[in-house]
Amino acid sequence: MTNSKEKALILDKAAIDRAMTRVAHEILEKNKGAKDIGLIGIQRGGVHLAKRLAEKIKAIEGVEVPVGSLDITMYRDDLNTRKSQPVPQATDITFDIKEKAIVLVDDVIFTGRTIRAALNSIMDYGRPKRIQLAVLVDRGHRELPIRADFVGKNLPTSAREKVEVSLAEDGVEEKVVIFEE
Amino acid sequence: MALSTKDLLGIKGMAADEIKLILDTAATFKDVSERDIKKVPTLRGKTVINLFYEASTRTRTSFELAGKRLSADVINISTSTSSVTKGETLLDTAQNIEAMKSDIIIVRHACSGAPEFLAHRLKSSVINAGDGFHEHPTQALLDMFTIREKLGRLDGVTVAIVGDILHSRVARSNIYGLATMGATVRVCGPPTMVPPGIEKMGAKVYSDMDEAVQGADVVMMLRLQLERQAAGLFPGVREYARLFGLNRARLDRVGKNAIVMHPGPMNRGVEIASDVADNSSVILDQVTNGVAVRMAVMFLLSGGAKPEA
Repeated sequence: MTNSKEKALILDKAAIDRAMTRVAHEILEKNKGAKDIGLIGIQRGGVHLAKRLAEKIKAIEGVEVPVGSLDITMYRDDLNTRKSQPVPQATDITFDIKEKAIVLVDDVIFTGRTIRAALNSIMDYGRPKRIQLAVLVDRGHRELPIRADFVGKNLPTSAREKVEVSLAEDGVEEKVVIFEE
Repeated sequence: MALSTKDLLGIKGMAADEIKLILDTAATFKDVSERDIKKVPTLRGKTVINLFYEASTRTRTSFELAGKRLSADVINISTSTSSVTKGETLLDTAQNIEAMKSDIIIVRHACSGAPEFLAHRLKSSVINAGDGFHEHPTQALLDMFTIREKLGRLDGVTVAIVGDILHSRVARSNIYGLATMGATVRVCGPPTMVPPGIEKMGAKVYSDMDEAVQGADVVMMLRLQLERQAAGLFPGVREYARLFGLNRARLDRVGKNAIVMHPGPMNRGVEIASDVADNSSVILDQVTNGVAVRMAVMFLLSGGAKPEA
């Protein structure tokens, strides 16, 4: 990140929280309550956000929904072209996803390839009733026919820009910023 | 972070952070084998060849399952039923296999250096599955993984390796790896079976087994290669068992809850008593972990453009 510079602050802590609150309400509205919902966050940012959504759903509806985490490294399609492999993080889905309405949670949706990998991965754990997608930021530039069901912030970007989501759980100041390469 | 090489030929010369990368990666691959669907698409479309010039069940099956659980196509070649019996050379066999577009070739050979010889001449990644008296790197990695899993660390752990050190590629790879990771290694065996100069690899030599295992965190027993008895390196199996076998009484004298390991296949009642093997060892955990470690190695060797070694 040496030659990229911060271009604009998109969301601060309060704005992130408001967006997540709205997304939690939308999830409950679309699923007609919290029954059968299971949240699965994609490592790493998505896991933090999934836990937050679970807290919000509990505050709104009084129901505790199960939260899992998913690492998609083993399902990537760019093994041959990446310079190095990230150490895969844990996939930890302790609840049975069969017949569940799974809400997949990620911080940013960009090309859609991560979500494609996540969908394949979830299918290897069982057959959920349906899968929906919640993201904090949709920055466009999809390379696959995939869209998010719940979006915290739609953010039109150019392909040269980078979006970075920093969350308090990682011990950093919470914000969404846009960089230019 | 990536491995710096195309191949995995030995533990000697590997950096601590490379070993750690493999072990950390293996930890997540272990979960795959615990699922209902024990398969991930990571190496879909890759071709893995098991080229074994020596007998093996554990290692060959472990590599085969590791490849299959990563969705690679795995072919086993055992030389007793191949053109090798017609006199084909090692390099010719390997080049013919590579001509069919292999990505990873796993080699076990009685000659030390055979995998390295192939690695220099092939585009495929070569993984050493045991070569002569040289190295057996994935065995050492799965042993280190198992120790770390049981004890939470490798740094500062004391490991006693007992048996035929001279002919053991498992011992060599473990001594290199454990020393690199900060463990203390003791070796013990009949003087005819402890190679001179092993201290230079970072191991301390003991001739008395009770002394060697005293206070050790890990006791790693090696297989007595009974086929070597003809060479007169030890007087008899019973005497060997008495001096260098791990039985209950000796294990109790270690002084703490040491974990007992053995790379297999075991000679029950020779280097390890059945009671110890069945009730007080992590031998089957080693086997389980072997698949995860080999998945991690194949995954890491398959990734991306390699930096120049």
